Amino acid sequence: MSGPVLRGPAGFGPVVEGEALVSADAFSPRYDLDRDTGVISRKGHAIEGESLAGRILVTPAAKGGVAAGWALYDMQARGIAPKAFVFRTTNPVFVQGCVLAGIGIMDRLEPDPVATLRTGDWIRVDPEAGTVTVLRRARAPVTPNGRRADGRQSG
Amino acid sequence: MQLTAREERMLSGAEGEAVRWALEMQVAVGKVFGARNMVPVTSAHMMGDMEVMGDPGHALLERLAEGGARTRVPTTTNARCVDFAAAERLLQPAAMVAKEAELIGFLRRMGVMITDTCINYQTLYQPHMGEHVAWGDTGTVIYANSVLGARSNFESGPAALAAGLTGVTPNYGFHLDEQRRGTALVEVTATLADLADWGALGAAVGRWLNDYWQVPVFDGPRRTPTADELKHLGASLASYGSLAMFHMVGVTPEARTLADAFGGAAPRTRLTIDDAAIEAVYASYPPDREEIDLVVLTGPQLSVFELRAVAERLAGRKVHGNTQLIVTTNAQNREAAARLGYVGAIEDAGGLVLSGVCFYLMAPGEMRRRFGWRNVLTNSAKLANIIGGYRYHPILRRTPVCIEAAVAGRLAA
Repeated sequence: MSGPVLRGPAGFGPVVEGEALVSADAFSPRYDLDRDTGVISRKGHAIEGESLAGRILVTPAAKGGVAAGWALYDMQARGIAPKAFVFRTTNPVFVQGCVLAGIGIMDRLEPDPVATLRTGDWIRVDPEAGTVTVLRRARAPVTPNGRRADGRQSG
Repeated sequence: MQLTAREERMLSGAEGEAVRWALEMQVAVGKVFGARNMVPVTSAHMMGDMEVMGDPGHALLERLAEGGARTRVPTTTNARCVDFAAAERLLQPAAMVAKEAELIGFLRRMGVMITDTCINYQTLYQPHMGEHVAWGDTGTVIYANSVLGARSNFESGPAALAAGLTGVTPNYGFHLDEQRRGTALVEVTATLADLADWGALGAAVGRWLNDYWQVPVFDGPRRTPTADELKHLGASLASYGSLAMFHMVGVTPEARTLADAFGGAAPRTRLTIDDAAIEAVYASYPPDREEIDLVVLTGPQLSVFELRAVAERLAGRKVHGNTQLIVTTNAQNREAAARLGYVGAIEDAGGLVLSGVCFYLMAPGEMRRRFGWRNVLTNSAKLANIIGGYRYHPILRRTPVCIEAAVAGRLAA
């Protein structure tokens, strides 16, 4: 069963499908990432310990400096890059980095991807069409006390 | 996008494969941001850091150099990862040092000027009001846009090199008047005595806005800031908030008045920064323990004035045996400071004055493992923000506190 479709301006890159990894925190490959492994290493980051490799990172904003310009190309060559990036708002550095590396990137989507998408959703990113489509919803994680870990109402 | 006949020619490959590659990449970036055309730039400033590009970036630059790529506007390099005079003493991996030397060779062949500085605006070149440039290292961009009135987006390493090869950059973002108007008002009542206070101001505002497309307008600092203070403010805003421009009423050239800064529009949001807000930034970097492994003054590289202040406080004293003091600057400033006796004073005290590097680019995780360092005390809000990613415990404090801790080997409670 297909879920919602998010729409925005055209981004860059090929059409890809993959698992969404949704972060409540902004992202920088220099500040937050162990670039040897592609795992988020910054203590206290919303997705600390998660690997970006082969997933589609959904994050509010690009953080910090110019490192992404080179870092994504390096990660792509070593097979630990994400399949695509979906930002609430991105910055030039991330677009430059994705263009060099050939990784898809989109931003300014409605409704807000960070609020709409969940980690584990299987999504299709079509940068040229300006759409992100939820192909299959993740089953919401449930904590031992029966509450959903993402804080949303069950049911 | 509207391209000129010259640009169409470049895109066809008639001016070489490197130029075609560069412009094609720039056009793709421009399209994402709705650029209508390309704009000529007078200089490019690029980050070519081995630490981030890895072997794939290294190989790409080698291919470009061998293919005869040649910059057509002055293209300078940002701080690099290795000070060859100190690499051995700092236990930097030999393989990385060798690759850095090769990389410099590739860039030279392309006509890139190996300047190794993140304070190009203080030592190399000051673009004028309205001048379009393609600079990388966010600290250089925010200074150029805000303090000099020049125009640049964040241009990462490959993007700045592309601009160096084509002489143009996509015309969007901070190249355009409408993006340069203030969006958020920051009323400043804080005292802001030390350089680190200006960095803390940038941290507070950067954390709050955290959006490349916002432009904070500062109103109220009660005295005129120095270039070094604006340097720390800008570097920190860019680091914490990914911000590329600010205005300061009565100080920066596009903000003669508050109305001027906002281009007649009203602020979308506002914030007041008082002394408590600055203290809260310091409090967000509590010490893990009293003993300090490492004191680093860097990010951005120090000016001659900053080096003088460090030298005066250290003169005739000794850095504690369990603590390492590292200061980074560029070749020009190190040379001037050596002549003035400041480098001698710092090194006689046991500190290291490095040239052409910035600490966070020096594979700091590797140095941490090799020296067993755990914490780092710094007056740079930017460094404090970055270095946690390399598993250091960062502590941000004012400059005199940092230097006294280097001497005492511990942070006074």
